[in-house]
Formats: sequence, structure tokens, C-alpha cells
Amino acid sequence: MLNYVIRRLLQIIPLLIGISIINFTIMHLAPGDPVLLLTERNAPPEEVARIRALYGLDDPIYVQYFRWLKQILKGDFGRSFVDGRPVVDHIMDRLPYTLYLNFVVMIIIYALAIPIGNISALRQYSLFDHVVTFFAFLGQALPSFWFALLLIYAVGIKSDWLPITGVATIGVSLKRHGLWTVLVDRAKHLILPVTVVSLGSMAGITRYMRSSMLEVIRQDYIRTARAKGLPEKVVIRKHALRNALLPIVTLVGMELPILFSGSVIIETIFSWPGLGLLSIRAVFQRDYQIVMALNMIGALLMVAGNFLSDILYVLVDPRIKYS
Amino acid sequence: MAAVSNQAPGQLDQNFGGDALTLKPESYMSMVWRRFRRHKLAMAGLCFLLLMYLVAVFAPYIATQSYRHTDPPNRLQAPSQEHWMGTDNIGRDLFSRVIWGSRISLSVGFVAAGVAVLLGTVIGALAGYFGGAIDNILMRFTEIVMSFPTFFLLITIVSIVERSIFNIMLVIGLTSWPGLARMVRGQFLSLREQEFVLAARALGASNARIIFRHILPNAMAPVIVSATLRIGGAILTESGLSFLGLGVQEPFPSWGNIINTGRTFLRQAPWITAFPGIFIFLTVLSFNYVGDGLRDALDPRLKD
Repeated sequence: MLNYVIRRLLQIIPLLIGISIINFTIMHLAPGDPVLLLTERNAPPEEVARIRALYGLDDPIYVQYFRWLKQILKGDFGRSFVDGRPVVDHIMDRLPYTLYLNFVVMIIIYALAIPIGNISALRQYSLFDHVVTFFAFLGQALPSFWFALLLIYAVGIKSDWLPITGVATIGVSLKRHGLWTVLVDRAKHLILPVTVVSLGSMAGITRYMRSSMLEVIRQDYIRTARAKGLPEKVVIRKHALRNALLPIVTLVGMELPILFSGSVIIETIFSWPGLGLLSIRAVFQRDYQIVMALNMIGALLMVAGNFLSDILYVLVDPRIKYS
Repeated sequence: MAAVSNQAPGQLDQNFGGDALTLKPESYMSMVWRRFRRHKLAMAGLCFLLLMYLVAVFAPYIATQSYRHTDPPNRLQAPSQEHWMGTDNIGRDLFSRVIWGSRISLSVGFVAAGVAVLLGTVIGALAGYFGGAIDNILMRFTEIVMSFPTFFLLITIVSIVERSIFNIMLVIGLTSWPGLARMVRGQFLSLREQEFVLAARALGASNARIIFRHILPNAMAPVIVSATLRIGGAILTESGLSFLGLGVQEPFPSWGNIINTGRTFLRQAPWITAFPGIFIFLTVLSFNYVGDGLRDALDPRLKD
């Protein structure tokens, strides 16, 4: 096992180097001279040259790359071009909101998708199964931003049921209104974004659970369990479900990057102050330091998620040999 | 589509073609078509898509106005006999914009998916066929591209390049090939060990000929399915980008950027948002159903 982990880790190194090179290249292809953002508009050429030298922008490109890499390894992503604050501070401000939204979404998705996919598989080709499959197709084809706008129109504009933007009502605080009011207010703000995000991603996981279960109940050991007279409930719960859940467990590894990456479109529509909103602002303001940091962190998490899910796969399934 | 033939049985048919005693076997294409027709939702999707492509081709004749014809006094009009889908914030006829938009949205989907399929197939084929160092390099590169959060990488690149329709197509294509490359590679890995490849090699066929004439046709089924699904996916991606203002730019209409306008006027004029969305939704749904139908029809393991 340790051998396997070490070898997988070694494979990751060239991957990370490649990711950093591509990221750095994109940053350098970006138009606009960062020096012009850092200097006064009418700065004399000597001043521009001085700043250029100060930031090391005169050095050969590979020197700049290694310097940047060294910074990244120390966890320093530079400063925002727009307001000069460290990029890490910007990200840490927004991260809790994205985590909060995605965590709720994740719980809801798995709590619904696993039983639905399960029943769908056990009653293959039943009315229930057909309805679920139909809705899965609808969910996959639905443009999330359009669905979000329709919801906003229906429950936010036509009727006043739910708040349509933000995380909480401004002015509602624990001190003045008590815990219950704050919780209800927060929950109300969650309903629309959570509905939109969940509907989009539930389809995939439901189908995955369904096919995993279908695969398992065709196995010999299920027939054996039935043959030895076990009640159907026990066969399904103890023998089939546990095995069908194995591939789902490994999906959890892949949730890692999803949890941290804000959905740009959803956060924009609902003014949810998470990483998605930060990234779209950075893109529009050409704040490339933030854009590149988010790209880099996103890719790192994806690699980590892949690694985690490989390890989980070996851990939960003793049939797999880690050779 | 003639390339999609089942190599081995096809050869047999030719050899025994002159034999009067053997029944003329059903051709591969007609079998696929017969099986595809049974999938009712896929057929419905196919009909809808054919209709949409006709609309896109004949857009100038169907649209009642030019997509850039403004009429400010008649802004934000609700759907009526004159303006079937109402008008937008500067009085442009929404029906005409949606019809013209079908041209742009459908071609972006088509070309973007084409770029992805071409890149994915070539990279996957080379990696799977040659193996060794070439495979290693190409697959590491694929993994690197795969590691970036796709939509975010996409908005990063479109923020750098000029947002012309052509660039949007290209960028969507360039960020969505890795999954396909992996799949094609897997197909090639198993097919290259088969006897017909050995036979071709023994007859002195060149590598290029073996890859494109012998192996690729046998690996086409999943590529076709994936290409179909990818067109729908690309249309969805383009609409998302355009909705954010990072895709197709005004005054050109795409279904996504019409909704971007609609968002601002959601309260006064919900129809601006509603109509183009229905078109995105039905088009993507149709591509997904057609892809599903093709998957069943092309899968040799599923019996009639």
C-alpha cells in the first residue's frame, strides 16, 4: 500500500510542473503590461524602467517562472493588480461562502441521489425508473442560468416568498434577532441557489448509482445470497447496497475540487459572495494575479481529488490490487 | 458516414457476396437506423434538430426583421401578433433575434464539438497506437489539461483573446477534448492487438493507413455518440459564456446573450429570458436523446 501511495505521489510531480508551466504561459500571453497598472499614468520612462527592474520583469522568462514557482510553493500568490491586497486574503474572504453553499448542496445531492438511483435500479423499467430517467435527462439539458432566472421570476418577483440575492438579509444579526430568526433567514437565502446547483449535478450521480446497483445485482454472490434463502431485504441491504456504494465512495474524492470551486454562473446570478463571483470580477477587471491563483488552486485540488479517489478506491475495495 | 462499417463482417459480406445460397445480410447502417428508430425520444430529438437546422439555414427568410433592426419607441413589448416573442430593451424583434441566434448557437456547438472530436481522436489514436514514449507524453499532456477547472479555464482564455465568434468556437473546442482522447486511446489499445491489424501490417500497410483505415472505423461508434453529446454540451457552454457577457458579443444574437439582456429586464419583460432558454433547453435535450439513441443502436452487445 505504502509503495502504491509513493508511486502515485511521484507521478503527480511532472503533472504539477506541467500545470504550473501552462498557467504561467497563459499569464504571460495576457495583454496589458502589469507595469502600467503599477505606475502613475504619466510616469517618466525612467520610473517605468525602475519598477520593471524592481519586479524583475526584465529577467529572462525562465528566471521569472522559477521565481514565481518559488513564491507559489511558499503559498504566496502575489498581490491583486487592482487593490494591492494579497491574493490569498481575497481568496480567504470568499472561500467560506463557497464552501458553505457547496457543502449544503453536496449533502442534499448524495442524500437524494443514492436512494433514488438505488430504487431506480431495483425496479428497472418501472414507472418510477422511467420518470427518474426522464428527469435526469431534463436536468442535464437545463441551462442552469435560465432555470435560476425562471425561479427568481416565479418565487422572487411574482410572489415575495424567497429572497433572491445574497447570503443573509442585511441587518439581521444574532444579537438583535436571536438564533432562530438568523437561521431561518440564512436557510431562506440558501433555497434557490441550492435548488439550482443540486438539480444540475444530481442527474449524473443518480445515473451513476443506478448503473452501479444494476451491475452488482447481476453478480453471482447476490444469486448465492438469494439461493441460501436470505430475505430480500438483507440481500439488498447487506450484500448489494454495500458493494454498489463502493464506486460512489470514490466520487467523494472528486468532490474536493467541486467543493472549493465556486460556480461562476450561479454565484453571479444570486450575488453569492463566493469564489465564483471573485473569479468573474477578476476576469472582467483583468486582475490576472487572482485569475491565475484560482486556476492554479483549482488544478491542484483536482489533482489532489484524483489522488484521494484512487487511494479510497483501493482502501474500500479489497478486490483491487494496488500493483 | 460510410466509414462507419463493421470491418470484419463487412469483409465477409464481400467474400460471400456472389454466393447465391447466402441471404443478403442487412447492411450495418440500415441495422443501426432500424435500431435507432425504435428509440422514440431519440427520433423526436432528431426531428426537432432537423427542424432547428432548417430554421438556422433559412433564418433570413423566417425572421421577420433583421437581428439589428432597432425600434426604441416599441421597446419591451409583450408578445403580440406583430412581435411573436415581444421586443427587447431597444425594440428589436425577439422572434427574429432568436431565429438568427439559432444560426450562431448551433454553429458554435457544431464547430466547437468538431474541434474537440478532431483533437481528441487524433491525440487518442496516436497515443493508443504507438504506445511507449509517445503515449506517455500525450497522456501526461491530456492529464494536465484535464486538471484545470474547465469552465474557469475557459473564462480565463476568453478574457485574454478577442471574443469573436470564431475564437469562442475554438476555445470551447480546445478545452473539451481530453475525455475523448482518453476514450479513443482505450479503444486503440485493445484494437491494435487484434488480428486484422496484424494482417494489415503483414501486407505492408503504413502506420497512417492502419490507424485511419483499419482501426479508426472500428473505434468510431463511441466517438460518434460522444460527438453528439458534445455538440449539446458545447451549445450549453456557449450559452453560459454568452450569458456572462464573455461569449458571442452584441449586436450578434446568441441564445445565451439574449438571456443576458433578459436578466436585466426580468421584472418588466420576462419573455426576453423565457423564449431563448426554451430553445437552448430543447436543442440540448434533443442532442442528448439522439446521443442516447445512437449509443443503443451502435452497441453490438445489445441484442435486437
